Amino acid sequence: MTDFFNFTPMKKTLIYGYGNAGRQDDGLGERFIELIDEWITTEKIQNVFTDCNYQLNIEDSATIADYDTVIFVDASVADIESFKLEKVMPNDATIEFTMHAVSVSYVLDLCQKIYHKQPETYVLHIKAYEFEFIEKLTPKASENLNAAFGFLKEFFSGKN
Amino acid sequence: MAQKVTIEPVTRVEGHGKVTIHLDDSMNVTQTRLHIVEFRGFERFVQGRPYWEAPVLVQRLCGICPVSHHLAAAKALDVIVGAGTGHGLTPTGEKMRRLMHYGQMFQSHALHFFHLASPDFLLGYDADPAIRNVIGVAINFPDLAVQGVMMRKFGQEIIEHTAGKKVHGTGAIPGGINKNLSIEERDLFLKGADPLNIDKMIEWANSAVQFFKDYYMKNRDFVDNFAHFPSNHLSLVRKDGALDLYHGVLRAVNTDGKKILDDVDYQDYYNYIEEEVRSWSYMKFPYLKHLGKEKGWYRVGPLARLNTCDFIPSPLAQKEFEIYKAHTNGKPNNFCLHTHWARLIELLHSAEVIKELLNDPDLQKNDLVVKGTKQKEGVGLIEAPRGTLFHHYRINNNDQIEMANLIVSTTNNNEPMNQSVNFVAKNMMNGQATITEPMKNAVEIAIRAYDPCLSCATHALGKMPLDIKLINSKGIEVDHYRS
Repeated sequence: MTDFFNFTPMKKTLIYGYGNAGRQDDGLGERFIELIDEWITTEKIQNVFTDCNYQLNIEDSATIADYDTVIFVDASVADIESFKLEKVMPNDATIEFTMHAVSVSYVLDLCQKIYHKQPETYVLHIKAYEFEFIEKLTPKASENLNAAFGFLKEFFSGKN
Repeated sequence: MAQKVTIEPVTRVEGHGKVTIHLDDSMNVTQTRLHIVEFRGFERFVQGRPYWEAPVLVQRLCGICPVSHHLAAAKALDVIVGAGTGHGLTPTGEKMRRLMHYGQMFQSHALHFFHLASPDFLLGYDADPAIRNVIGVAINFPDLAVQGVMMRKFGQEIIEHTAGKKVHGTGAIPGGINKNLSIEERDLFLKGADPLNIDKMIEWANSAVQFFKDYYMKNRDFVDNFAHFPSNHLSLVRKDGALDLYHGVLRAVNTDGKKILDDVDYQDYYNYIEEEVRSWSYMKFPYLKHLGKEKGWYRVGPLARLNTCDFIPSPLAQKEFEIYKAHTNGKPNNFCLHTHWARLIELLHSAEVIKELLNDPDLQKNDLVVKGTKQKEGVGLIEAPRGTLFHHYRINNNDQIEMANLIVSTTNNNEPMNQSVNFVAKNMMNGQATITEPMKNAVEIAIRAYDPCLSCATHALGKMPLDIKLINSKGIEVDHYRS
């Protein structure tokens, strides 16, 4: 379910959801951040911050340079069960890209080359199914969202 | 044996498309086509929705320039709620929107030049594609890479503080705006810690223009001869002929500079512009009705805007405009790669406008919305980073949208992009036995100059490997290159 997750509460952590909430399950990243924001407020969680956008772009390299740990949250069509936490390393190999879809490893690589910082970086992939012009998750994606949220919440609470 | 080269998808443009280049038995280019796989269903998607939702809904269309769609829709709905067009809003309403728009223009132009186009200039269009990208720029020109990142970030933060939030901003509403700019927000941009303040942004924008001019002086033959062809040019201009990226009247000039459309109220755009459908592309081909399909097509975007306007109403950009115009003796500029030069002059102008707006006390006032007698139909036009963007809505008695028509900037540039691809392909590939990577990239450079947005809107779907196919006249694949 997860790669090694070297999290301690002392680390300044950014949870960053991305995707287009107007395209059905592509909104999983944004919905996840809504849940995390509510949790941070009600539980008065310290040292965990959030951000959200349609997609990653070059300026995110400057954003993540300020954190020790970064967890990106994205909709995934990969062959995974419901969610998967994956550690990411800098990678400039993906050169064929359009700038509306800069990858996490690319952002991390740019951060390292420009700002000489390398926050510990993960992607929380949440399984997605449909991408129509609908502002609502599919029932299965909602289930996956809740499962992923429960997992990360417990992790931050030290129960995992 | 006639052959066809397919370049799919085109890299470093926003979204994806493919290029086919048909070759005859002597390997001469006989026909080129830029095929666009663009989803056109959005106009139907908004039908039945309450009209006031449109400025927020249309941002779903694309994550690249949501602000342009947001504002074009809001401008159309200004007409529907009886607030009129452009100057019908309160000073705070109009100026907040202008600040949002020029922030968008600034970040988009910076992103395009520093991170999409500059690798070709800094590293060479024939450089190893493994380094001919923003990472290559970051390694070899770290200061420029940082400038690009920070200019984009500055523009994004302007958007966040005017639209209310970074994703799906709600700032512009029918008849005005839903927030002003506090003194604290204003001072973030006027007096922000270096480099995130407007004076540094103006300095960097000016440096970018000087960088391009310097490059141009050293590579004049390449830039001037890369792709050039006569065309019409269309954009909004201010009533007095000034460059205005937020509001104005429609003007078009022909390749000699003669005005072929002038002082046209864009509410009547459909009397002047028609869209042609061609079987091989999902994207339509707009043209000026009175000139017909063959002669009526036009360019939009930075190159077109600096061809249609008479002057730029900010001092540093005006100075650069005069130098730029002198190159063509005041006549329209039809050099494809000069689009980058024009874009950087607009980048500088945008920074100057942002500073002027930030110093305007109207931004702190509270008179935000205007309402009047409701109308059934409204058109909103704006000069998006990539060119003129049209939004047209009609509502029914239940306040639901019953008709929507959108002509996006990249659609307006459809024929010019095809012309550019054709020019470069014939110039570089005629008589060649093999299609090399630099040749292929040259075709892409021609397309990239227009900064096309072919966004598929859902980043989760699909990667973008480079796919080249050689197909003979019998449809048999004779070669296949994939990056």
